[in-house]
Amino acid sequence: MVGTTAKQRPAPMPAGAGVSAERTLRSVEFRREREGTWRELEQLIALVRKDGIRDLTAEQLARLPHLYRATLSSLSVARSISLDRALTDYLESLCGRAYFCVYGARDPTRGVIAEYLTWRLPAAIRSIRWQLALAALFLVLGAMTAFFMVRHNSEAYYTFVQADYASGRTPASTTAELRAGLYDDTSVSAFLATFAAELFSHNARIGLLAFALGVVVIPTLLLMFTNGLILGAFAALYDSRGLSWDLWGWLLPHGVTELSAVVLCGAAGLVIGQSWIFPGARPRLDNLRERGRLAGLAALGAVLMFFVAGLIEGIFRQTVTNIELRYAVAVATAGFWIWYFGFCGRGRERLERRLAEGRR
Amino acid sequence: MSSPATQYLQRVADRRAREIVTPEGVPIRFTLAGPGDRAGAFMLDVLIQAAMIVVLVLVADLLIGSAGEDSWAASLFIVAAFVLRTFYFVFFETRWQGATPGKRIVGIRVIDGRGGQLEPGSILARNLVREVEVWLPLTLLVAGAQVWPGAPGWARLLAAAWVLVLLLMPMFNKDHLRVGDMIGGTMVVMQPKTVLAPDLADAATHAPQLPAWGGKPATAAPRFPFTTAHLDVYGIYELQVLEGVLRTEAVTVAHAEAVAAVAEKIHAKIDYDQLVPTHEQERFLRDFYTALRAHLEKKMLFGQRREDKYSKK
Repeated sequence: MVGTTAKQRPAPMPAGAGVSAERTLRSVEFRREREGTWRELEQLIALVRKDGIRDLTAEQLARLPHLYRATLSSLSVARSISLDRALTDYLESLCGRAYFCVYGARDPTRGVIAEYLTWRLPAAIRSIRWQLALAALFLVLGAMTAFFMVRHNSEAYYTFVQADYASGRTPASTTAELRAGLYDDTSVSAFLATFAAELFSHNARIGLLAFALGVVVIPTLLLMFTNGLILGAFAALYDSRGLSWDLWGWLLPHGVTELSAVVLCGAAGLVIGQSWIFPGARPRLDNLRERGRLAGLAALGAVLMFFVAGLIEGIFRQTVTNIELRYAVAVATAGFWIWYFGFCGRGRERLERRLAEGRR
Repeated sequence: MSSPATQYLQRVADRRAREIVTPEGVPIRFTLAGPGDRAGAFMLDVLIQAAMIVVLVLVADLLIGSAGEDSWAASLFIVAAFVLRTFYFVFFETRWQGATPGKRIVGIRVIDGRGGQLEPGSILARNLVREVEVWLPLTLLVAGAQVWPGAPGWARLLAAAWVLVLLLMPMFNKDHLRVGDMIGGTMVVMQPKTVLAPDLADAATHAPQLPAWGGKPATAAPRFPFTTAHLDVYGIYELQVLEGVLRTEAVTVAHAEAVAAVAEKIHAKIDYDQLVPTHEQERFLRDFYTALRAHLEKKMLFGQRREDKYSKK
């Protein structure tokens, strides 16, 4: 019955004749037709909210975007043909909730994680190489400053390295003590795993601090510089006793990874600072949001690197005392990171860039 | 018709409404979450995090107690505590489409500020800067003396300025963005409520008001016919105000009073010829609503949107 009345052409209205509601309104009919879809979407959203998107069946999962688009088109239609406020408000909020489900973060499936590791992360790091260079420069500058100052006057060591961090490795220690520390660190070797975990947690926190402070740039550069100072002061101390070769053999196996991670955090922070201070031709906030995402991905990579460094530092360093082996590991890790950040995923990156250009 | 209080609420609601355009090109309105909602959600999340840490400590204590300090349990605990502290927000916002337990309780969500997909990079960025945005300033504020003993005056001043700028950032921009939101390009909005009320113009949906002896409910003929002249008096705004009146909860005194007042007003304004008895007033309004809506919707189809009674016919 609804159908037949709908097909009748509205007769021209005679002056003074009653406008009858007998003929069903177009908007009423529209609602009758589509309401089933909306209700289905509503139920699906309730299900996602209750059990999470993972618990949907494959069929429901495929249906969700379909229903979402259908409802979105209902919203557009309703806006142009219906004056029922309750209806447009309902569709608006339903679309809003469906939008959360469809365009909220995608669940990190195995594929997404693999994609991140095989090309997104290396590509992100390649795209911030100048910031990496700047962060590394400040680290090296700090190290060189401290190195030459401490070599000149060993008392300067105490200004750069705080007592609790030095843990007995000071100019007052004998050469034998210092050497022993490099090869047989009994104070920590008993708690290898715990020690590794602590190092990871501590270093990663410092790294993330460097990242977040990048918003205002200067503190990150300072942090890079002061980290360099400590490194340089240590190097000078051991160099003054002729233990340079042993020190670097002790430091580099994990240090390559750890220092890279520190520099990476700093560089990611600098990206954020740079993006709003020097936005170029684009609006500041636009630039910030785009570069911020990139920086976030890079910072996550740095946390993973800290984890690897912690494992090497806590477990490997204390068990392997053979210096050639230590250097071999240092070289191997350096080689791996150079390959990973320099070359891994290049083909995919190029492909994605070309696809993006094609879309534009 | 609306009191100053409801007008004020309406103004607040308008100020907090934001339109985003979905990738399909359809604009959707959201309501921004206020600073209070966000602070509340954050505090809830911190409490939940604290509770989880306590549980972790208890479990670790049990395991370490039985296995000794140099055990995997201890290191596992340290790593777990770090992960919990650093990635709690990231984890939930990724898994729950932009909500954390605290946000869910309060009823707010993170979305992409431009209506696109909420990217993992955005979630990471907005949450990893929280350390500098909230915890570092708070530590400086509460325990500045321990963090940096003997700090010179200018350093204290600088720290205080830093704390204020970062903590109060959400109050100084129109979208209530904190620094993390700006970096991640995100926005926090209220979770809209979805209730579909019956259509007032659909005769079939208010069948119960019809005589119980049957008949054809879908064709309930309007008792009060209206002419084009009657319907040309009002516009869309008035139609929707009328809808609001009809949708107030029936059988309350306020409803009855509002119906009576509005019915009389409309009756006089459109110069209606027929007499409307008191018990028929609601019926009169419903019929008028249906006729007016049909009239305005038809005009809208021809591209004439009449916003209110002051716009031209």
